[in-house]
Amino acid sequence: MAFDKMKLRDIEVWDGNFAAAQAMRQCQIDVVSAYPITPSTPIVEGYAKFLADGYVEGEFVMVESEHAAMSGCIGAAGAGGRVATATSSQGFALMVETLYQASGMRLPIVLNVVNRALAAPLNVNGDHSDMYLGRDSGWIQFDAYCPQDAYDLNFIAFRVAEDHDVRLPAMVHQDGFMTSHTAQGVHTMDDDTAYSFVGEFKPMNDMLDFEHPVTHGVQTEEDWHFEHKARQHNDLMTKVFPKIEAAFDDFEKLTGRRYNLVEKYDLDDADVVVVCMGTSVETAREVALEMREKGIKAGVLGLRVIRPFPFFQIQEALKGIKAIAALDRSSPNGAPGMLFNELAGCLFNTDTNAMLSGYVYGLGGRDLTKRHLTDLYVELQANVDAGKITTPLQQFIGVRGPKLAFL
Amino acid sequence: MSEMKKIKNLKEFSTSADRFEGANLLCPGCAHSIIVREVLNATNDDLILSASTGCLEVCTAVYPYTSWDASWIHIGFENGSTAVAGAEAMYNALKRKGRLKQPDRNPKFVSFAGDGASYDIGFQWISGCMERGHNIMHIVLDNEVYANTGGQRSSSTPIGSSATTAPAGRVSYGEKKNKKDMVAIMASHNIPYSAQVAPNKWKDMVKKIQHGMAVEGPVFINAVSPCTTEWKFDPKDTMMLTDLATDSLVFPLYEIIDGCELNITYRPKNVLPVEEYLAAQGRFKHLFKDEYKHLIGEWQKRIDANWEYLNRREEARV
Repeated sequence: MAFDKMKLRDIEVWDGNFAAAQAMRQCQIDVVSAYPITPSTPIVEGYAKFLADGYVEGEFVMVESEHAAMSGCIGAAGAGGRVATATSSQGFALMVETLYQASGMRLPIVLNVVNRALAAPLNVNGDHSDMYLGRDSGWIQFDAYCPQDAYDLNFIAFRVAEDHDVRLPAMVHQDGFMTSHTAQGVHTMDDDTAYSFVGEFKPMNDMLDFEHPVTHGVQTEEDWHFEHKARQHNDLMTKVFPKIEAAFDDFEKLTGRRYNLVEKYDLDDADVVVVCMGTSVETAREVALEMREKGIKAGVLGLRVIRPFPFFQIQEALKGIKAIAALDRSSPNGAPGMLFNELAGCLFNTDTNAMLSGYVYGLGGRDLTKRHLTDLYVELQANVDAGKITTPLQQFIGVRGPKLAFL
Repeated sequence: MSEMKKIKNLKEFSTSADRFEGANLLCPGCAHSIIVREVLNATNDDLILSASTGCLEVCTAVYPYTSWDASWIHIGFENGSTAVAGAEAMYNALKRKGRLKQPDRNPKFVSFAGDGASYDIGFQWISGCMERGHNIMHIVLDNEVYANTGGQRSSSTPIGSSATTAPAGRVSYGEKKNKKDMVAIMASHNIPYSAQVAPNKWKDMVKKIQHGMAVEGPVFINAVSPCTTEWKFDPKDTMMLTDLATDSLVFPLYEIIDGCELNITYRPKNVLPVEEYLAAQGRFKHLFKDEYKHLIGEWQKRIDANWEYLNRREEARV
């Protein structure tokens, strides 16, 4: 089967889904095993069309569920080759069992997750519930804020996941609809340049090496299970960041585009900072610039990598900040938000005097407006002025009815 | 080209090189290992194997040991079929791209799973694999119960069997539902080959496995696997139980080609009464009480009807 290269303009107008599909094509994946679900469906459709038009040489297996999609990815990755898929929300939830299996078996699969709310009630729009569901699964998690990121981070994800010192699967998250269906200018790489960044797949413990049979997915009980899990955690904690940072450096040299474990905006002299993920980072950054015109020293900290959690990078970034808001786009269902908790964990045991408050927002695709963020920065500044937190620790932004606040 | 083993007799079979080691944790008298050896011994070709969670899996790959001298993968309970389907897809991709390390080989992709992992929890995954036409073989080690977890009923558990989640008791004769006809369901996917096999008829089994490995496309095999622990018989009697299963026609041996051409491959010279098969197993012991004896007659009628059905299909070539 012939496979053609595709000529791209330097800047293409792509939404996040198509950007991810193009990146998957350029990485010359050997097996894509996938199942469609809103809002990630266009990734799978886009890849299918590339195949139909002769731009893909690998196998495309259209399976009967997301669980089977990841199962097929695991079998293919165990066989030894480059593997990827895409999903969202309920499909991600159905995949969860296999996510743990993929990472525990140390198989470098790349999963594009177009973030969407989890039912019930059923909802197709973007929030971070599925992304949060994956946070203990042993995968590396990258977070895209826009279609350009969704394109770029796919290459970085393959590069890091497939590194023989890492051998862990990686997710590239983007916000459902806000990123996945919003077309923007995306700077592209030509096919050869893009492929050269990820390079040819180098198999390890591949089942298809018939001279060296391997056993994948063994049984361990109380004698060895803990050691396996501890080693996986060790590698996430110690080996992944250096590889990601090296990949970010190389990517910058290749494209001029710079990524960081945490993305810092105007933090150097900031008093009040919003910490958030996804498309909200860009909105917060715009509002922070406006707040500065009003005399409030506002900044934004965006997480680029969620797992492993950039603990020390966050500590360093938030040094000297007086009031911090953690924005969680997932219902905490009976607890403070994940981001609130993890930021609190970062800041505890440091000499910071920062006040930390949590905000739950945007569930089921509810807009986070500039007005919301303006009010939020004003609240943070009020905390700074009063020298204490003047609001409940957990507030809900943008929900109808009487103001909801807890803790 | 495919390379099938030619084993003429049991002596040759017993001394043939194994890719499934005798060092495993399966119960003495378990038919699983016998079936697996017979399958693996059918070919000299390279094998990519999977096992779904279950007896075979937990007894053959306990870290840091493995019983498998061929590449093997286990993911979970329901997805062993899709695991080898993914591996098969990778093989096709690397072959096309010229990246196979040993491009001259002709590997076979075989998935082993119990009846729980096939009839119940893995049903959708297997159906998907059959429908998509992967060049794989799925083999059910059918012991009619969740044996690995201590004997819970599956949709393969037959009427009147006592299982821990469908126990015989003061007011119950145990399992109330008839066994699912998995071979017929899989054949309805119009796959090139499906068959029922039994380890006592090893030449019939090897012939079917070799047929299945030679065809292009998905193959489904249901292998009766008497379970000494859950069927409750003496471990030395496994082959006797298997003889009773095939010769009472409770497990008739047949094949279905292209979903429509049914051939009966074994016709017992002396058909044994079903009662003998039931009487040899502790799981049916309660059926011999006065209040449940009528069920034995119903069993015989059902088995007779099924045999009649298979014969009519064979005769009509459908």
